[in-house]
Amino acid sequence: MTEHAICVVVNGEQRRLRVEARRTLADVIREDCALTGTHLGCEHGVCGACTVIVDGEAVRSCLMFAVQADGADIVTVEGLGGPDGTLSSVQDAFREEHGLQCGFCTPGFVVTVTQLLRENPDPTDDEIREGISGNLCRCTGYQGIVRAVRRASEAPGPDRPDRPGPPGPEGTR
Amino acid sequence: MKPAPFEYHAPESAADVVALLAEHADECKVLAGGQSLVPMLALRLTRFEHIVDLNRVDELAGITRTNGSLRVGAMTRQRAVERDPGVATVVPLLAAAVPCIGHTQIRNRGTIGGSLAHADPASELPAVALALGAELEIASATATRRVPAGEFFEGTWTTCLADEELLVAVHFPVWEGRCGFAFEEVARRSGDFALAGVATALEVDDDGLVQRSALGLLGMGGTPLRASAAEAAMVGRAPDASDLDEIAMLAVRDLDPPDDVHASSTYRKRVGAHLVRRTLTRALEEAGRS
Repeated sequence: MTEHAICVVVNGEQRRLRVEARRTLADVIREDCALTGTHLGCEHGVCGACTVIVDGEAVRSCLMFAVQADGADIVTVEGLGGPDGTLSSVQDAFREEHGLQCGFCTPGFVVTVTQLLRENPDPTDDEIREGISGNLCRCTGYQGIVRAVRRASEAPGPDRPDRPGPPGPEGTR
Repeated sequence: MKPAPFEYHAPESAADVVALLAEHADECKVLAGGQSLVPMLALRLTRFEHIVDLNRVDELAGITRTNGSLRVGAMTRQRAVERDPGVATVVPLLAAAVPCIGHTQIRNRGTIGGSLAHADPASELPAVALALGAELEIASATATRRVPAGEFFEGTWTTCLADEELLVAVHFPVWEGRCGFAFEEVARRSGDFALAGVATALEVDDDGLVQRSALGLLGMGGTPLRASAAEAAMVGRAPDASDLDEIAMLAVRDLDPPDDVHASSTYRKRVGAHLVRRTLTRALEEAGRS
């Protein structure tokens, strides 16, 4: 088995890793980086639980090999809040609006929604539903999640550079 | 499940890609956006000794307007096409179809060439390429060729690409004149593979008579299909509502769409006919306004 040396930035921290080519980015984030906030539901690109941000785009980390991420800047759910555990405005909105129940799908939703609001700070309800359509939740029925996205879109905070709020922690943009 | 082990190659030029393909032939697969290949590897529906990653071959990505056509590099991300305002002006049918592919996260990685070469009969881009009469630019270590979309798709997940060949780009012809375009599909959930879908392009003359008509069907057979009889039935006419009903029935009359847990064959035909009717109505209106 051939291993490849890769260098990635994860949540602002540079990491040098040796990975077997067949290992997915999701597995390497969870096992080698010990960042288990990225969840694996289906491992074939359906559920969205493993969504992370790679070079500014939300992607499914189960559909990318870690070796492909060499040189990339990656943000996982752990990189969204403050270093002291302060919730990001999206995370806070999910809590306030009961946008989660068991929590398994939540990291994928929070990462997806964070990126959605960066690209479209003021989405319509249709755009919100379209934006989260690639993530599955089996508990909430989505109503709380849609409300959370709406609330986050109206909140100031570090996720929203276009609105007044405290400066974001390192690793968030 | 996890993919079986493979040797990973990450060339940076198309020449290096085709050299690797020539060397490893059928033990080798190119990896584009990975949104279909990686799940198939993970589920062990397929396995290869060698994977040639195209993601570092910059020359394979990009959108350029050339003589009467739009050239889209095979590794152009679907999201890049979606975000390019020029695409909607030049090839509106492509711009209409791309947002229907999967979800945002899929389109951020998924590529135009990957979707065409994967050739899933229920996917959007093959039907669009077929309807517009796109040409596929193909290279191997020894030759290059251009293949019309009508000859490219041979069966479910099967194209005319040989083991040592690489899909380099697709050329979508620009339809000039009084044209109308519409793309519609029906899926159980947003982003799912469509049960049925239709990509429609029409050109009318100054009197509103149809000069050119193209209907690309997806999810209705083992490959994307052209509804040739229905297309021919429109030419030289300005179809009214009852004509459109007839044309829609004609479009699906001889088809035998798949029958599975998601939808019966009969249901797919009914949906297909409705979508033909709906897209024709929209395309005619658009062409009449232009």
